[in-house]
Amino acid sequence: MAPAMNMVRRVQTWLFILLLVSSAAMGVVLWQLREHAHKRLLAGQDTAPTQAPEISPEERATLLVANDADSSLLPQELTLPLPQDMGSRARVILGKLLDLYALPGATHPVPGGAASIGQVFLLPAVSLNGPLPTVAPAARNPGSGPGSGARGAPSAANPAAAKNARTVAPEGGPQLAVVNLTSAFAAAHPSGIEAETLTVLSICGTLHANLPRVTQVRFLVDGQPRATLAGHADLTRTYLAADAAPSSEAHP
Amino acid sequence: MLDAAHGGDEAGGKFGSLAEKDLTLALEVRLRSLLAARGIAVVTTRESDATVTPERRAEIANHAGAQACLSLHATQTGSGVHMFVSSLAPQDPARIAAWKTAQSAWVTRSLALEGLLNSALLQAGMNVTLGRTALPSLDSMICPAIAVEFAPESAQKDQKPAVQLDDPDYQARLAEALVAGLLAWRAEERQQWPQP
Repeated sequence: MAPAMNMVRRVQTWLFILLLVSSAAMGVVLWQLREHAHKRLLAGQDTAPTQAPEISPEERATLLVANDADSSLLPQELTLPLPQDMGSRARVILGKLLDLYALPGATHPVPGGAASIGQVFLLPAVSLNGPLPTVAPAARNPGSGPGSGARGAPSAANPAAAKNARTVAPEGGPQLAVVNLTSAFAAAHPSGIEAETLTVLSICGTLHANLPRVTQVRFLVDGQPRATLAGHADLTRTYLAADAAPSSEAHP
Repeated sequence: MLDAAHGGDEAGGKFGSLAEKDLTLALEVRLRSLLAARGIAVVTTRESDATVTPERRAEIANHAGAQACLSLHATQTGSGVHMFVSSLAPQDPARIAAWKTAQSAWVTRSLALEGLLNSALLQAGMNVTLGRTALPSLDSMICPAIAVEFAPESAQKDQKPAVQLDDPDYQARLAEALVAGLLAWRAEERQQWPQP
C-alpha cells in the first residue's frame, strides 16, 4: 500500500511542478506579446503623416443671398478656399451661404450654418420631357399680370412628361444636385412661405451660379424625402436651378 | 373658397404665444363674414381647429368649382402681405389633369387674380410682395388660386408703429382689402364669362 501512496504523491508533485512551469512560461509569453503590441503601436504612430493638411486654393464664388425685407435674391461675390471635387465644392459654397444666414443681423436669418448641409451629390440630370438641353430652360411664365416671370418653377410642371421616356444626360451634360440637409436645420427653419421659398431658391440659384452644369436640384433631409421644409415649401419637387436667378419682381 | 392653412395637430408657424393656425382661422372667419354680407357664397376648408391634409384642402376647392381660391397663411418673417401664385409653368387645360400639377392650367388666371388683389391691397396702403412658390395644396387646385401670407407691418415704413399679426385692426384692413379685390375679380369674371 505504501509504495502505491508514494507513487501517487510523486506524480502529484511532478504535476504541480509542471503546472507551475507552464504558468510561468505563459506569463513570459504574454509579457512578450504585450511588448510586441506596444512596439507595433509606436511604429504605427511613427508612420502617421506629419505634413500639414492641404489647403485648397482660394477662388471666387457667387452666393445668391436672400433678403426677407423685399423677397429678393442678391448676388454676393466672395473669395474662399474651394476643393477641386465638385460635390465637395458645392457643399463648401452652400455651407458659406448658410453661415451668412446664421450670422446676427442676417437679411434672411436661419439658424444652423454650414453644418446644416450634410452632403451634395451631383448626378446626371434626368429629363422627363425628351432630350436635355445644354442650358436649363427658364420656365418663366409668359402669362400676363404681376408676378409673371417669377422665380421657382419646378420641373414637374409639364404634363406632357408622362408621354415621354426618361432621358439621362450624357457625360458632361446637365447635372442634378441632390442636397441633403440635416433635420436640425429643417426643424429650426422659420416657418412661412416666403422664408422657406427664399431658402430653397437661394440654394438652387447659388448652385447654378457656381456650377453651371447644375440645372436641377432636389432636396433630402437626413437622407430621406420630406414633404416640406418647415410646413410650406414643397421639398418633393425637382427645382430648376436657373429659375432662381435674381429678378426684379419684388414690389414695394 | 377660403383655406385657413394648418390646424389641429399641425400648428404651422409659432410666434411666441401665437400659432399660425389660429391667425389664419381668425382671418378666414373675418373674410367669410364680409363676403357673405355681400352675397357671395363661401366654401371653407375648416371652421374650427381641425387637422386637414393638403390633399383634402385641394379636394374641397376642386369640388366647390370656386371662382377664386385663397389659401391663408401667417408668418413672422418679412413685412406686410406676401402673395404667391404656383410656380408651375402655365399649360393648356387637359381633360385629365395630374394631381400634383393641376394648377398649371390655371396659373395665368391666378396671376390675373393676384394682380387685382395686389391693386386692392396697395390702395389700402399695405406693403405687398409678390412671388411664386411650390405649395402642395395650391398646386393641386383647379381654380384661380393665391396663397396670401400676412406678416407684421414694418415700423420702418412711413415711421408707423409696428403692427402685430394679431392686431384686430390690421386683420380687418387686410380682410376689407382682400374683399375689395375679390369683388373686382368677380366683376371682371362676369364681364369675361357673362351668365346666360
